Amino acid sequence: MTEQIAFAALSITLVGSALAVVLSKNLFHAVLWLALALTGTAGVFLMLDAEFLAAVQLLLYAGGIITIVVFAIVVTERLIGERLTQTNMRLGGGALVSAVLFGFILVVVGRQPLPATRPEMPGDLTRAIGQAVLTRYVLPFELLAVLMLTGLLGAIYFARPED
Amino acid sequence: MGLQPYLLLSAAVFCIGLFGVTTRRNTIGILLGIELMMNAVNINLVAFARYTAVASGMVFTVFTICITVTEAALGLAIVILLFRVRRTVMADHLDLLKG
Repeated sequence: MTEQIAFAALSITLVGSALAVVLSKNLFHAVLWLALALTGTAGVFLMLDAEFLAAVQLLLYAGGIITIVVFAIVVTERLIGERLTQTNMRLGGGALVSAVLFGFILVVVGRQPLPATRPEMPGDLTRAIGQAVLTRYVLPFELLAVLMLTGLLGAIYFARPED
Repeated sequence: MGLQPYLLLSAAVFCIGLFGVTTRRNTIGILLGIELMMNAVNINLVAFARYTAVASGMVFTVFTICITVTEAALGLAIVILLFRVRRTVMADHLDLLKG
């Protein structure tokens, strides 16, 4: 019973803040709502027994991404004076496409026989993730390190001061 | 509680993110929508991993989180560069490639 109540509260927080992210007029407020949505996702991860991922989510997303997005807005947005409208003229079309996709997923998920109970997790999940990363998935892990290094070097190159 | 509620929650967040991507004019707003969609995908991965008791799904979530962070850093660097060149970040004003 507690599980259902917690899930319902998390769902309302997550969906509500996600709606606020896409609908709020002020981009700065949208980022703050995104921080709430990402924190709510960390809560969902906790409900799925993924403590490590919840911590990573809070550190990297809610900490890192929000900070750089706020910096980007401060650099590019006129925070005082008249504001430009933030949405285009395709609100109806976008809503229609999203609603159709959601309905489609609803039908597909409704038809599938999905597990109703969760199996016992064998052992410590964080330990299992660490072992999988450094044994079976070591090549993707190293490739990911190269990708992140290249990506961040590229970001520095793009944003370098003009000379 | 079953797997289904998690899938529906992630579907809802994904579709809201898609709505944001298609309707925002500001490129940073579009990036925020993409973050929401990535987040929904992560919920799906973790939920399936938990309900099948396989740690691989969680490993892939770590990978997607890292890739999303890189993508956000690069995307925002491009936005700042665009702003420097064109003085605007509105997607409908960025028509450099229009013939």
